[in-house]
Amino acid sequence: MTEGRLLQVRPAGRHALLVQLPDAERTAAFHAELLRRRAAGTLPPVAEIVPGARTVLLDGVPDPGELARRLADWDVPPRAADDGGVVEIHVRYDGPDLAGVAALWGIGPDEVAATHSSYTYRVAFCGFAPGFGYLTGLPPHLHVPRRDTPRTRVPAGAVALAGPYSAVYPRATPGGWQLIGTMPDPAPLWDLTRDEPALLTPGTRVRFVPEGGAT
Amino acid sequence: MSAKLTVVRSGALTTVQDSGRHGHAHLGVPRSGSLDAPAMTLANRLLGNDPGAAVLETTLTGCALRPDRGVTVVVGGAPCPVTVDGRPVAWGAPVRVPADAVLNVGTATAGVRSYVAVAGGIATEPVLGSRSTDLLSGLGPAPVRDGDVLPLGAPARQPALPFAAPWPAPPAALVLPLRPGPRADWFTPAALRTLTSATYRVSPHSNRIGLRTEGPALERRSAGELPSEGMVLGAVQVPPDGRPVVFLHDHPTTGGYPVIGVVVETALARAAQACAGTPVRFTPG
Repeated sequence: MTEGRLLQVRPAGRHALLVQLPDAERTAAFHAELLRRRAAGTLPPVAEIVPGARTVLLDGVPDPGELARRLADWDVPPRAADDGGVVEIHVRYDGPDLAGVAALWGIGPDEVAATHSSYTYRVAFCGFAPGFGYLTGLPPHLHVPRRDTPRTRVPAGAVALAGPYSAVYPRATPGGWQLIGTMPDPAPLWDLTRDEPALLTPGTRVRFVPEGGAT
Repeated sequence: MSAKLTVVRSGALTTVQDSGRHGHAHLGVPRSGSLDAPAMTLANRLLGNDPGAAVLETTLTGCALRPDRGVTVVVGGAPCPVTVDGRPVAWGAPVRVPADAVLNVGTATAGVRSYVAVAGGIATEPVLGSRSTDLLSGLGPAPVRDGDVLPLGAPARQPALPFAAPWPAPPAALVLPLRPGPRADWFTPAALRTLTSATYRVSPHSNRIGLRTEGPALERRSAGELPSEGMVLGAVQVPPDGRPVVFLHDHPTTGGYPVIGVVVETALARAAQACAGTPVRFTPG
């Protein structure tokens, strides 16, 4: 079976399609292929390409039916592990939920930094707030639930976990994720003075670099 | 130096809006922009402005403004009494406001949102290509407050020819044509029938993010969590309480509640003018 047949195209109004894929990896590959084709000028007009956890929304499509037929013939190559730019995020592993996460992981609090920073992550999609990226890359045995009670204020720069995702809060908001650390200077996460205001755009690879004095 | 507007009375909620912030949904940036886009466009056309020039969008109680030099304005959208220094002037047509006179945009007599267009447009600093206030994520200028001073752009050299503008009346009942999907299959067949046969009412908790409704709850086939996915303008999202919410311009770009259908975009301007309590029917579209 080719990748193309794994696409499930769902209608989303008169000018959009929601393309569903079997898993996060194939969603990332399909998203990368869309960006490649758009850069090459071979993608029909699409105003917004919005990845989700298992989907990519194609919005602002003049003829969704025609695009849906074309997608059925696509051959989507798997995404190479080293495909895309890498962003390094420095972290002090000092979050208020560090001990709780360590307990869920069955390790000591002083081992969370080494564990969390040993993986390379990828921005699967954005949402919740401008510049808030949902990072995949933690293996399933390290997935943790959200907190039972959300915090009314999570500070900007908080490094957080929920389900399969890691994230860094670009600004202070309410939030229910488990906080394990702090990015000392979170300003670059969302910087309107740059042409690309978001540091963590979908597809970007991310490495967390522990800072001294954390543990 | 171009003209400026001082906000004398900001009203319940008055924001700067234009045709919105496009192309950044993948970064979590909502589109925002005028909820009643045809009203904004018409008001701008009557002044010879670009159709998407920035205007002020009021909510129910209008606002009052004082220009520092003579300007031409159009107040349209939700009908309301309009005065200049206390004297009644035309609604829905160009009006001259002399320097230091107060333009009062009164409480809407029908509908929700009046639009105040000024020749030359509101010229606050654009953010990601738009001057719109985005109430979900806080991009663009904050909602206007008493005493704020808003810069204006240069008026068009040739004002538009006067023409009789057909302003649609705000809806006494809201009909929203809807196409099923992308997650209609998350709901029971009975829920789909209920959606297109029951009468809902506009909830007072509606805002620029969504038109909330009150009415029969829509039942899902099964519980379960939907992994976050992209959301379109007009999406009818069904949160756990089962009451459909129609996403308007400040809607989140991704969400985790299933979307049972999508309202056609041309119907959303009417939705923006539907007061709390207005009956709503979803029809196959």
